[in-house]
Amino acid sequence: MKIIKHIGLGIFIIGLLIFTSLIFVGKYELTENTFDSFVKSKGLKSELFINDIQNNVVGKEYSNPFALSSDITSALENANKTYKKEQKWDKVIWDSPHELSYNLMKPSAKGLVVENQGLFFFLTFGLGIIGALMFIIPDVVLLGPAGIKNDGIYHNKSTNRGWIGWITAVYLVTFYIILYFFADYIVNLIYLVNPISKALSGNGASQWFLYGFLYCTVMTVMAVRMFIKYRHNKYQIIRTASVLFFQIGFAFLIPEILVRFNMPYFDFKNAWPLDYDFFFDWNIKSLINSGTLGIFMLVWGTIFSIIIIPIFVYFYGKRWYCSWVCGCGGLAETLGDPYRQLSDKSVKSWKIERYLIHAVLVFAIIMTAVTLYTFFSGVDSFFGIKTYEIQKVYGFLIGSIFAGVIGTGFYPVMGNRVWCRFGCPLAAYMGIVQRFKSRFRITTNGGQCISCGNCSTYCEQGIDVRSYAQKGQNIVRASCVGCGVCSAVCPRGVLKLENGPEEGRIQENPTLLGNDIDLMKMLKDK
Amino acid sequence: MEHVVIIGNGISGVTTARHVRKMSDKKITIISDETDYFFSRTALMYVYMGHMPFENTQPYENWFWKKNRIDLVKNRVEKIDSTNKKLLLKDGSEMSYDKLVLATGSSPNKFGWKGQELDGVSGMYSKQDLDTIEKYTKNIQRAVIVGGGLIGIELAEMLLSRNIPVTFLVREMNFWGNVLPKEESQIIANHIREHHVDLRLNTELKEIVSDENGRVKAIITTKNETIDCQFVGLTAGVSPNIGFIQDSEIECNRGILINRHLETNIPDVYAIGDCAEQENAIGRRRPIEQVWYTGRMMGETVAQTICGNRTEYKPGHWFNSAKFFDIEYQTYGWVTSRIQEDELDYYWEAPCGKKAIHVVFDKNNREFVGINTFGIRLRHEMFDRWLNEKRSVEHVLEYLKDANFDPEFYKQHEEEIIEGFNKKFGTNIQTKRKSWKRIFTTF
Ligand SMILES: Cc1cc2nc3c(=O)[nH]c(=O)nc-3n(C[C@H](O)[C@H](O)[C@H](O)COP(=O)(O)OP(=O)(O)OC[C@H]3O[C@@H](n4cnc5c(N)ncnc54)[C@H](O)[C@@H]3O)c2cc1C
Ligand code: SF4
Repeated sequence: MKIIKHIGLGIFIIGLLIFTSLIFVGKYELTENTFDSFVKSKGLKSELFINDIQNNVVGKEYSNPFALSSDITSALENANKTYKKEQKWDKVIWDSPHELSYNLMKPSAKGLVVENQGLFFFLTFGLGIIGALMFIIPDVVLLGPAGIKNDGIYHNKSTNRGWIGWITAVYLVTFYIILYFFADYIVNLIYLVNPISKALSGNGASQWFLYGFLYCTVMTVMAVRMFIKYRHNKYQIIRTASVLFFQIGFAFLIPEILVRFNMPYFDFKNAWPLDYDFFFDWNIKSLINSGTLGIFMLVWGTIFSIIIIPIFVYFYGKRWYCSWVCGCGGLAETLGDPYRQLSDKSVKSWKIERYLIHAVLVFAIIMTAVTLYTFFSGVDSFFGIKTYEIQKVYGFLIGSIFAGVIGTGFYPVMGNRVWCRFGCPLAAYMGIVQRFKSRFRITTNGGQCISCGNCSTYCEQGIDVRSYAQKGQNIVRASCVGCGVCSAVCPRGVLKLENGPEEGRIQENPTLLGNDIDLMKMLKDK
Repeated sequence: MEHVVIIGNGISGVTTARHVRKMSDKKITIISDETDYFFSRTALMYVYMGHMPFENTQPYENWFWKKNRIDLVKNRVEKIDSTNKKLLLKDGSEMSYDKLVLATGSSPNKFGWKGQELDGVSGMYSKQDLDTIEKYTKNIQRAVIVGGGLIGIELAEMLLSRNIPVTFLVREMNFWGNVLPKEESQIIANHIREHHVDLRLNTELKEIVSDENGRVKAIITTKNETIDCQFVGLTAGVSPNIGFIQDSEIECNRGILINRHLETNIPDVYAIGDCAEQENAIGRRRPIEQVWYTGRMMGETVAQTICGNRTEYKPGHWFNSAKFFDIEYQTYGWVTSRIQEDELDYYWEAPCGKKAIHVVFDKNNREFVGINTFGIRLRHEMFDRWLNEKRSVEHVLEYLKDANFDPEFYKQHEEEIIEGFNKKFGTNIQTKRKSWKRIFTTF
């Protein structure tokens, strides 16, 4: 069994190495035809750029994506510089350089990968999946009888913030930066999933399709790990199945299929303000222009965010969303599960968390307000805040850097809920409801706590669960996502996630059971 | 300002300090030479197993002590001069006190076995023990554990987590047989064997054999079997730490003798936790109670007394919990290894053999006496209340669903449990649906 595990790890690493190295193989050639039709379809007026590309790039064969990307982007920047100086604004190209270069490079790729999409899909995704499953499935036997198996987590360099963890973090961060900002470098990788995209939506794959597919794949494989690890715990199994279902069905398949039928791409379970561009004018317009279904989507999205979300939080706590439905939560609970113990539990980090997450919420609200003001009034700024600018800043800082690069990239060093804990505005909003108006709490079982600290250690949200449990106090915290792992790892059966009457949920003066009743009363009165 | 000195920074001493601080402005000093800060002894196993780093066993962050003006002194008390209210410390310095709390805990029993001081032989109690175990269990072929209590089974689990084969010697015929009824012992013994532990019941240690370097190389049992091993864990119970007290005026038996107010024979000197021994046992409790909870409860009580509110130690209903590998155990009230003469009992076990419930009640008035539960979590508060209200066993079973504390979606067994009871005793109990209202109408 151990051998299978090791071979699996080897196969996985080979798959990962091939995946990574594909960036460097293949050839690129921008043909006359491709370029002409691109210029036409975009209506480009930048003669400098067009000439530059035609003279220096078109027809030339590049052996790696970086040189081609660099030629295109510098041509663009040079042309723009000149026109800006001459104040010929209509000739300036406003697209971001790497986006434009991506659009030119996608059809220019040729060679090994593009010609053997199926084969390379197998060598990357295929090997990765097979290897990972060979690594994971033997645990059914290796872990022994079902139960909490956290042996060696703090001895393992990948899960104790050791060197493997750091390398993983660097890899993930790099991946996210390329994905968000340099998609033109990974055209080859996008071709890997091109056939799948075509089959689903009828269109070729984009970097977002690649990301979505990868996301679902990773979640599925790591969900298998969760099913094995927690096979004695029905709450964990159902919850994991639920996030997987919502990710694959609602976030991935349904939107792709909608596109196939010429409908707007729409994720029915996404909610503002996590879905920060829901109220952006292009989104509203595109929905309004898509007939009844589009209008329904607009209404649904609004009602979902503003009415359904808080009502459900009232009844079940924010867990119903964060660890049963949400995509970010889904990745955190599957891929991120091995890293949950790395979240900082200090009072200081709790303080930082509160400032940061509420600041993001305020930022999201202001941005949305400005956006809607612009939408209805037509004025493109509000008290000097330029709508387009604030959207751009939010999208870059929060949408890309915080949610993606830091949020997921830092799993192996800061725990798996960095984004959900410090950044997500939807989590902040639901947290306020959960803290002040909800039936959800984690009940502490009388006096049974032995202060061992397992619960705090494995809280992905950095809640010092023990500090409540050892006082006999229920845990009512804005940040709790109700993953249920504290309850699972507690060796003394102290913690239970419950939805019960609001009355008595928050205990200002808790007492521990055990001592004589009079003394307990006295301790309570103090 | 009155100076309260506490010897021992375990749960008992620290609880005392915290509560004294809550109620007063007294100067508080805690002396211990084990670790810089309070840590949870019960979590030592998880450090070895890699579930937690050692820092995570510390329930309070390091700034806590200064902020609450609790002075921590890392030193060992060698002598108590109760006439002059002075302590002599290991480094030669002295410290005077106005109130002294002895919370010195206990140490592993060593019954004078030949070879018990060899390298590679250790108890499992202190941080130092943990370090020793860490040091002597690297790359070994087999370990032997002597003594089948809760700490022994934890040690077995620890060693197995590092793939070290374990032989487990247990004196009793049944595992933890002085506490658990036979049925439960059987479940646990099966489970231990399921984890591939070489469990030897009814077997004792005779001698530990040394190699040429003074390190253990084997043990010999009372059945004269020799078992090769490179590590021996001694977990045959613990005894109060009273060595340095014995030549003082403070009266000791096996532990430091105290009355119901936790006072020793010397004024202003108290003893609590593992090291204390009640002159007269309280109810069915043992005179020396070596559990986390009682240490904490005595700390809460003695703090009242120290702050001028002389309070009797009145522990409520007995409860306890433990985990045997993957099987959790909780108990409320009294279920003794041999059911008493005036009691009846009912035992239910799930087909999987990993869940069980054992209920004991009074033969004559059917009052509920206690419950053991394996693999099913129960709500402490409900049992505390039922015991206070002296409810009948029928009442408890009827409302058993209120007391279920398992995570959501877990399979529930109340119906089967009660069906079995009805069959055995010819009753007709019907389970009531869980009611929040009942659960939350409390004192
Ligand atoms: C491995 C293990 C697991 C356990 N699990 C459980 C469990 O699950 N549930 C449960 O209820 N109980 C459990 N226990 C028992 C529980 O931990 C003890 O009952 C409890 O810790 C006792 O606390 P205490 O404060 O009385 O003493 P201790 O925690 O022993 O603290 C006493 C301190 O005093 C120090 N000291 C002693 N003499 C001196 C001196 N002369 N000068 C200075 N310092 C001194 C000692 O070094 C020690 O640090 C477990 C014990 C062990 C060892
Ligand atoms: S895991 Fe359980 S026993 Fe340990 S500190 Fe948390 S609540 Fe207490």
